[in-house]
Amino acid sequence: MRLKTFAGGIHPPGNKQWSAHKPIEDCPLPAEFIVPLAQHIGAPSIVCVAVGQQVAKGQEIGSAKGFVSVPVHAPTSGEVVAIEHRAHPWGPALAAVVIKPDGEDRWSTELQPAAPGDLSADDMVERVRLAGVVGMGGAAFPAHVKMSPPPEKKIHTLIFNGVECEPYLTADHRMMLEEPERILQGVALLQYVLGAERVVIGIEANKPDAIALFTEHCAGTPVEVVALQVKYPQGAEKQLIAAVTGKEVPSGGLPMDIGVAVHNVSTAAAVTDAIVHGRPLIERVCTVTGSAIREPKNLRIRIGTPLSHLVDICGGLVEPPGKVIMGGPMMGFTQLGLHVPATKGTSGLLLLRTAEVDLNEEGPCIRCARCLQACPINLQPTTIAAYARRDLVAEAAEHRAMDCIECGSCSYVCPAVIPLVQAIRYGKAAILAKKRNSP
Amino acid sequence: MLAAILSLGCIGMIAAIALGFAAKKFAVEVDPRELAIIESLPGANCGACGFPGCAGYAKALVAGTIDLNQCPPGGADVVAKLARIMGVEASAAAREIAVVLCQGDNRKAQVKYHYLGLEDCTAAQRIADGPKTCSGGCLGLGSCERACPFDAIEMTVDGLAVISREKCTGCRKCVAVCPRKVIRMTPFEATVHVLCNSHDKGAVVRKYCQVGCIGCHICQKTVPEAYKIEDFLAAVVYEHDIKATEALPKCPTQCIRDFAEGYPDGSTLLPAGADKTHAA
Repeated sequence: MRLKTFAGGIHPPGNKQWSAHKPIEDCPLPAEFIVPLAQHIGAPSIVCVAVGQQVAKGQEIGSAKGFVSVPVHAPTSGEVVAIEHRAHPWGPALAAVVIKPDGEDRWSTELQPAAPGDLSADDMVERVRLAGVVGMGGAAFPAHVKMSPPPEKKIHTLIFNGVECEPYLTADHRMMLEEPERILQGVALLQYVLGAERVVIGIEANKPDAIALFTEHCAGTPVEVVALQVKYPQGAEKQLIAAVTGKEVPSGGLPMDIGVAVHNVSTAAAVTDAIVHGRPLIERVCTVTGSAIREPKNLRIRIGTPLSHLVDICGGLVEPPGKVIMGGPMMGFTQLGLHVPATKGTSGLLLLRTAEVDLNEEGPCIRCARCLQACPINLQPTTIAAYARRDLVAEAAEHRAMDCIECGSCSYVCPAVIPLVQAIRYGKAAILAKKRNSP
Repeated sequence: MLAAILSLGCIGMIAAIALGFAAKKFAVEVDPRELAIIESLPGANCGACGFPGCAGYAKALVAGTIDLNQCPPGGADVVAKLARIMGVEASAAAREIAVVLCQGDNRKAQVKYHYLGLEDCTAAQRIADGPKTCSGGCLGLGSCERACPFDAIEMTVDGLAVISREKCTGCRKCVAVCPRKVIRMTPFEATVHVLCNSHDKGAVVRKYCQVGCIGCHICQKTVPEAYKIEDFLAAVVYEHDIKATEALPKCPTQCIRDFAEGYPDGSTLLPAGADKTHAA
């Protein structure tokens, strides 16, 4: 049988064998936590503790500002030693709360468990918001926003993303193998909140053990488990929807416009913690991998752990890394050093040897059209990039630059090493700036 | 034969009359002063006046909605011409030129990562605040050079923008395009500038740049009225800059430069010579 998938895409080497068989290990506490106040898409949280204050594990240290925003919580108990700008995975230094752990790891007494049967859907959404849950796939979009669509947009299909199409990463894979009950409880809660009729868990076919386990667990329940073809970016929201439902999200629209919502499987687990246990999002699973690390591992890390600590736990470096990437190799952020902290969206830490890093200079476009074949949105990356580089903003917008999901497939296949995604992102920023400036 | 000549002649006659009538009837009235002004303006359509091009400025001048010293590229000559056309008295605005307040090229200033992307400063700035460790320094990818309508900006081999004092007309296009705000407008008469844009503390600057201002106050102690220091960065007080040259030999990092003596290292531009008499 042909497996379900979408049109376009690429087949980069998976490289998941480094860590796929390694059980999740708890990462010991570092000497210092750096908890950034901006970890999600939307307005950064506002700090609500003072320097010198003792905080308990799970205590709110930054409160949400506006609807598209979530609070930030203390990853362990200890003392707030500084509130200052620290290096951030996004590049510039941003405001962060620095916490020195006291070693007791004492939970805050304010957090209360609840029986899901006693809660209304609105209570559940509020509990998720207060717990600071965001999309755990990497983009870190606040989960409560996706859980409260406007009333006229009825969600009939709820898709859970267990695809993990980024090469190297195995965090979601291990989560599915080791904590299926926690995930499935979250699946049921999200189905209840959104009132969806159809619930699908999409898993890429390179994880047969996870597919078998979930098929077994979901037998006799309305939850479908769908095996998907191994292809990048199968786990991108719109591509996953296309593969599972055969429908396309309209240009400029959101999945809710066609009655679909997509959540990551790890987000489902975090939703369980938030609703049932009242526990905020202060830890996640992160794959530390790559050829420059001595012992690749899947670690359960606290948010705010410096990357250098993760490297130490994994046996240190084989050689000074040529490239440090937070997230996967296709869409992750390259880091300037290991002093930055892990955030809610840190699904992986990839350390590559210098010899592996492609430092070829850009050449001219040879019109091979490989980027057109690879683009999962059916755009013309080379044309949009050419317009963007010449500041022809209107032309770039006409060629649907705003529909680009920045998956990196075009840059990956380009034989001339043209920085297509960078150019398109530059163009997208120019289009948005133009829209803001014109009345 | 005759019929053909006659009929064509008639058609020609009718068309000529119609065209002549239309030209009179639908003529667009243009103020002759507007045409004269367009003639006198430099014609670079640079936009420094705030209008999309020279024609727009000319129209606004005739309408009397704007001063006639708003064309920096034209300078005093054009102001005099415009004043004559408009029949008013006017004096030119003080001439300003753009200066890149940085000498930290790729040999003298540290880079924080190897950048292999678009040759554009704005695009590079979006990636972790640009490849230079210094948050204020020139990125050297030439966005200002491409924006300059007067070919006044030179990129050195080591990646530093240098603006020619002779060619710069003060149109501010480079100031608008620079993502790091390292290009500033300065009075044309001032040739001495502190070429640094970093507000970091001295010890931090020393780590990433050989020619950055470390905020040591020596220039200010030498000539108190000619220098001011804010946030660990010295700047020339342009109203009292006549004696600023005295501090030049004392600056420990050589970040003060007199453009009358020479342009920053690596530039092929030749100094215009002493366009002001020095106190020395």
